[in-house]
Amino acid sequence: MSLTQTAGTAIPAAWNDDGAPSVRVRTYWQSVGVRLRRDEVTLAFGAIVLAIVLVAIFAPALAPFDPYKGSIVGRLKPFGWRGHPLGTDELGRDLLSRLIYGARSSLLMGLVPVVVAMLTGGTLGVIAGFAGKRVNTVIMRMMDVFYAFPSVLLAVAISGAMGGGMLNGMIALSLVFIPALCRIAETATAQVRTLEYIEAARATGAGALTIIRHHVLGNVLGPVFIYASSLVSVAILLASGLSFLGLGIKPPTADWGLMLSTLRDSIYVNPWICALPGAAIFVTSICFNLLSDGIRAAMDVRL
Amino acid sequence: MSAALDMDRGGPQQPMLIVRDLKKQFPVKATGHPRGARVRAVDDVSFTIFKGETLGVVGESGCGKSTLARLLLHLIPPDAGELVFDGDGVGAPDGITVDALRRQLQMVFQDSYSSLNPRMPVQDSVAFGPYVHGKKWPEARRIARAILVKVGLNPDLFGPRYPHELSGGQKQRVNIARALAIEPRMVVLDEPVSALDKSVEAQVLNLLRALKRSFNLTYLFISHDLSVVQYISDRVLVMYLGRVVELGPVDEIFARPLHPYTVALLGSRTSMDPAHRIERPPVTGDPPSPIDPPSGCRFRTRCPFAEGVCNSAMPQLGAWQDRESHVAACHMHDRTSGHSRAGGHA
Repeated sequence: MSLTQTAGTAIPAAWNDDGAPSVRVRTYWQSVGVRLRRDEVTLAFGAIVLAIVLVAIFAPALAPFDPYKGSIVGRLKPFGWRGHPLGTDELGRDLLSRLIYGARSSLLMGLVPVVVAMLTGGTLGVIAGFAGKRVNTVIMRMMDVFYAFPSVLLAVAISGAMGGGMLNGMIALSLVFIPALCRIAETATAQVRTLEYIEAARATGAGALTIIRHHVLGNVLGPVFIYASSLVSVAILLASGLSFLGLGIKPPTADWGLMLSTLRDSIYVNPWICALPGAAIFVTSICFNLLSDGIRAAMDVRL
Repeated sequence: MSAALDMDRGGPQQPMLIVRDLKKQFPVKATGHPRGARVRAVDDVSFTIFKGETLGVVGESGCGKSTLARLLLHLIPPDAGELVFDGDGVGAPDGITVDALRRQLQMVFQDSYSSLNPRMPVQDSVAFGPYVHGKKWPEARRIARAILVKVGLNPDLFGPRYPHELSGGQKQRVNIARALAIEPRMVVLDEPVSALDKSVEAQVLNLLRALKRSFNLTYLFISHDLSVVQYISDRVLVMYLGRVVELGPVDEIFARPLHPYTVALLGSRTSMDPAHRIERPPVTGDPPSPIDPPSGCRFRTRCPFAEGVCNSAMPQLGAWQDRESHVAACHMHDRTSGHSRAGGHA
């Protein structure tokens, strides 16, 4: 047996000279930042998202006209008509100003429910996945009840029961998104929970919260974040659907979804103007999706 | 290490760990089995590990070796049985808690890939134990880097790396470092080298031996590789279908195996001598299912010496007292059993 012949007395050293790159002492999030900075495509889409957010914040300063002041004679006018760069809508209001103001409610309706659902659904999912057994059954069966309804129907039913308005719309959308995010967090947690490094962490005497914080969240955050960011565009569209039914944002508030549904009737009169709110939703959701995709890639260690 | 000596409460004669009648069954959920069927993964296992020794545990796949390791650390709760760590009953009213046990008893896992968090630099994986035990992160990292040196890894080079940037042997060194980071007195090694190349295996085994000396450790070493067990162990425990079939000093077991299963296991080793090549399989057939194990002796279905008594009575492991005892759970070594070969063979 050759093993006995190689028995040494000193502690044998491993291979310390395999041409490793320069010494890096970076935390996980620092290295995520470095990878993100090298990804120009993601940075570009991030810049567009940032621009949209800034436009929404500084809407009063940027809008050339009052978005609520209409004109009977100047309805559905083309681009550039009397100083209106993007023309006017069906009530003669400046379309650019309405698009700028619309970013506010659209972003709010797109982001707030998703963030709320990500926090509550994610927490519930991690608890269900990590605790397992009965806790898991109770939480996940509760989620299945919500899953059983089509999401649009559920949103309509909830905000219908609670009455219209922006806040109730947000609550309705949050409830619609929680089950899916909970399921994703639960699956990701359950996958990690049985791995040996969790067992090793338990063997060092770590409590459940410490293990979740250091060993589980990093693996759950990625998938939850990706799915949540794809929900932003869905939320904007669902919110516009609610507005259309008179359950979400009410006219005359400027909102992309609402504008899309009211301009719908004028599509044969001035198709370009009708397309603009849709284009705004499209660009925003695409940018959110691609930005989140880039962040996921940066968060994935095994590239 | 002086800290370890200070904690040597029971004195050198007190065994490090006494295991009594440890038992674990898992419910079977697969179809084709009756409701309530249970896998008897570990069935009334009793043994003692003395301070400073390496107890090797061998057996086929599925004989309950890994379950045994996890039971010792209470990573899975045992159904029955008792653990006494250095004189203190684990979970007993006047004994120590499971947390206190885990401060002194650590484990190295088999799969060096899934046993390290892929999203954590390895020095943080090692530092996690000290962090859990109340150290701040900078101090915990300093400890981790000192331990990485002890396992032969340059902390400047390897500490900040992620597991996927290390080789199998390097990852297993990190795993060993993690187990040692909270200064345990005993380490359970669950197949620590079975996933490694032969050359790397030898390096890691030598590392384990050297660490045992310098940290004054006690090992429970689980392996299916008899050569590895022979090399590293002081005593050997042979398991078959969740039960201990033989226990004794390593030289005794390898020179004069008592149990027919141990004889067969030793016969299955690849021969280094072409003149003595193995031509017949030493044990025929698969091991029976632990869900519905054979009555009496569990090895009787594959044993060449099985008789009526093996069918009806469960052989007991003989009484043993100290490190030199060599005992087997076989009717052939129990003069009162009534087996035709009883007494004459021992």
